[in-house]
Amino acid sequence: MEKIIAGRAIEVNEEGYLKDFKQWSPEVAKEIAKEANLDLTPRHMQVIQYLQEQHKSESPLSIRKVGKSGVVDIKEFYELFPNGPLKTSTKVAGIPKPASCI
Amino acid sequence: METTTVKSESTNMLTDNENVLLDKNFKGEVKKMMIILSKATLENVYAAFVLANGARMEGIEAELFFTFFGLEAIHKGKLEHLHVATVGNPAMHMPTMLGGIPGMEAFATYMMKKEMEKVDMPEVKEFLEIMSQSGVKIWACKLAMDMFHYKKEDLIDEVDGVITVGDFYHKSNGLGTKMLFI
Repeated sequence: MEKIIAGRAIEVNEEGYLKDFKQWSPEVAKEIAKEANLDLTPRHMQVIQYLQEQHKSESPLSIRKVGKSGVVDIKEFYELFPNGPLKTSTKVAGIPKPASCI
Repeated sequence: METTTVKSESTNMLTDNENVLLDKNFKGEVKKMMIILSKATLENVYAAFVLANGARMEGIEAELFFTFFGLEAIHKGKLEHLHVATVGNPAMHMPTMLGGIPGMEAFATYMMKKEMEKVDMPEVKEFLEIMSQSGVKIWACKLAMDMFHYKKEDLIDEVDGVITVGDFYHKSNGLGTKMLFI
């Protein structure tokens, strides 16, 4: 379905995740983050960049992986993206929700 | 979430039904998981850990209460030697005699750990670190500690405290809190 984000029509699924990563932009990210009550800082963007790189290389994401990434530790990850960090950060990053239980 | 406190006539305690009626925003969401772990077999320990971590990944609070044999999972000297149950475990689909052969338990454990690694499931020690960093509260049961003669120093650093079951019940107060026993 289509949703107007940052003034553009973006294709999202029922949960609000971008269907087409090419439609992502930092402005779109900011809007999605605002819906989740998040103010994006450069630190957020660093993590988002890491997540997008994993998506591009088709590496499956998990909390464990993020914690070992060297980009952010799990404690900070939960501080940056409270309430389901993997779910929230991937939505903001414009990539699909990971199907991981860990 | 706004609630109005109304004192019922007989006691000062609000019944949960009154609470729910007053909090129009509460729709029955799971807000907190309180998980009691009483066993030390690998399958039970991982069940508790995945439930707790899974809750955190959904933005649900989680607290773990380690009691009886569950304490082994947070005991520095024991947590790396947890095994899968091969005897008295019909789910293994293994004849009892076979399950009791020396080395079988270690072998079954080794096989299970291999499969766990394939699905990116961390070892117990790492899993506890991940959970602690994710905000899972880790409690040791005082009664079990006394019974097994464990000291606080025997337990991993991530333990938030040694408490009683009563303390754990009090921590479970609140709308949307669920409790599990493993």
